Amino acid sequence: MVSAVFHSPLAAPDANAPSATGVATQPPALPAAVPSSTPGRTPVSWGAPGWSLLPPLVGLGLLVLVWEIVSVVTKGSIPSPWETWLQAVHLFSDPFYRKGPNDQGVGWNVLASLQRVALGFGLAAAVGIPAGFLIGRFEFLSRMFNPLISLLRPVSPLAWLPIGLLVFKGAHPAAIWTIFICSIWPMVINTAVGVQRVPQDYMNVARVLNLSEWKIFTKILFPSVLPYMLTGVRLAVGTAWLVIVAAEMLTGGVGIGFWVWDEWNNLNVKNIIIAIFVIGIVGLALEYALIKIATAFTFEEVKA
Amino acid sequence: MSDKFIDIQQVAQSFKTKKGPFLAIRDINLTVAKGEFVTLIGHSGCGKSTLLNLIAGLALPTQGLLLCANREIAGPGPERAVVFQNHSLLPWLSCFENVYLGVERVFGASSKSTGAPAETKPQLKARTDAALALVGLTAAAHKRPNEISGGMKQRVGIARALAMEPKVLLMDEPFGALDALTRAKLQDELLDIVARTHSTVVMVTHDVDEAVLLSDKIVMMTNGPAATIGEVLTVDLARPRSRVELADSARYLGYRKAVIDFLYTRQGHVEKVV
Repeated sequence: MVSAVFHSPLAAPDANAPSATGVATQPPALPAAVPSSTPGRTPVSWGAPGWSLLPPLVGLGLLVLVWEIVSVVTKGSIPSPWETWLQAVHLFSDPFYRKGPNDQGVGWNVLASLQRVALGFGLAAAVGIPAGFLIGRFEFLSRMFNPLISLLRPVSPLAWLPIGLLVFKGAHPAAIWTIFICSIWPMVINTAVGVQRVPQDYMNVARVLNLSEWKIFTKILFPSVLPYMLTGVRLAVGTAWLVIVAAEMLTGGVGIGFWVWDEWNNLNVKNIIIAIFVIGIVGLALEYALIKIATAFTFEEVKA
Repeated sequence: MSDKFIDIQQVAQSFKTKKGPFLAIRDINLTVAKGEFVTLIGHSGCGKSTLLNLIAGLALPTQGLLLCANREIAGPGPERAVVFQNHSLLPWLSCFENVYLGVERVFGASSKSTGAPAETKPQLKARTDAALALVGLTAAAHKRPNEISGGMKQRVGIARALAMEPKVLLMDEPFGALDALTRAKLQDELLDIVARTHSTVVMVTHDVDEAVLLSDKIVMMTNGPAATIGEVLTVDLARPRSRVELADSARYLGYRKAVIDFLYTRQGHVEKVV
């Protein structure tokens, strides 16, 4: 996926071990001020201003280089980075225009897709999270629903699209239905697992203090399940954003997925590449926002 | 007051395992008087914690009967407060809130048994503050458990239990995870608190000195499986006790030797018994 390319710049500063190339950046007169975990060696702090940007920029540069080579080798049927850049500048100078139902600015398309994701995902959260709590809390429900979840979860979300079209008689609700069905599973499963993994010690505390069901839920169950739940939410949003593009290609209308397909029909490859970047950046932003929310509500490290 | 505040009659507890039932403890008969400090001591796996959980009501016996104040123990409740081995504080609540949780439950509603009316919020807060002051943690009241040391966490656990004014304080190796110096300090504090509150305490330990220093009665358990009470030693040392003075008291050393004899001479060969 294109978004994977965008993940690496975030991870790179931590992944790189200190090397000798950046010695000059450290003021030698202040050894005590150097944050170092390996005394005896002069480490390169990739977190220092200037250096922290280098690895991600090298990564992006590599992408552009490969792209340029592909563009040259294919004799321009894949447009060069520079041409695409000019087109992007032109495109984003007016992202919110409307010239009829099939010709709208890229901004409208992104917003339309985000709206579908928000609706489908919101409905899935409203159903999936309470369902997860119930399945996690009651053994009977867990045994009852586990076979169903195991059966339905591996189904490609797009396979649900015809059912949605049939039931809801419209492309827009069918797309929302597809998002709903694909983003509900991670939330149900993670919430249920979280409830099942509430430490027995905490439940013993609840029993000894003889807490009411409501207090158990608000003071023990909910806070300890929250990290699991937010992981589920993160997975769900990621999946929803993957699926919406494909769903919109099939349903048409307004949306970033439809826009990609429309530009393919126009043989406008530059716009397709721009769309890929837009999808990646929006996905990255969603992921980043949810990690921020998760860390704010979590008492352990959020496992990425 | 009755001599038999806690009365355990012919209790046995077995667990279901894949290889069939596993008998953890059997033929347990024990009484604890009001205001008495009793320790349960024995090797690992001798069912000390199992017995404590039965008194707490966290588990129910497969045989026999447990009474607390002449009522059968049918489940856990705030009148039998537990201090857990790993403190079990809720990490998302401050020390104050952890203690308040129990206080609110016990005193925040009108009591059916005593007819006491529900207390107001300021009263509940005052109780919580008093409990934290009792263990010397007033300054740390608004810190979260991960911001304080292991000894402090254990003291919050004790404060949470004491704040509920339990009839019995049950402690499951409360100082087991602490270093020796912190443990000694908390033992002294516990002696002091128990002297002031006249609490009835049942405590699980595997530390001989701790048992002799704190107890009125040391219950020594045989090795498991199918463990039972091997011997009960009455510790007749005057209170308040000071660990420094007791260090060369002949009677203290005698009690200490009796426990060590039991644990390492008569019950020493764990492998042979199993």
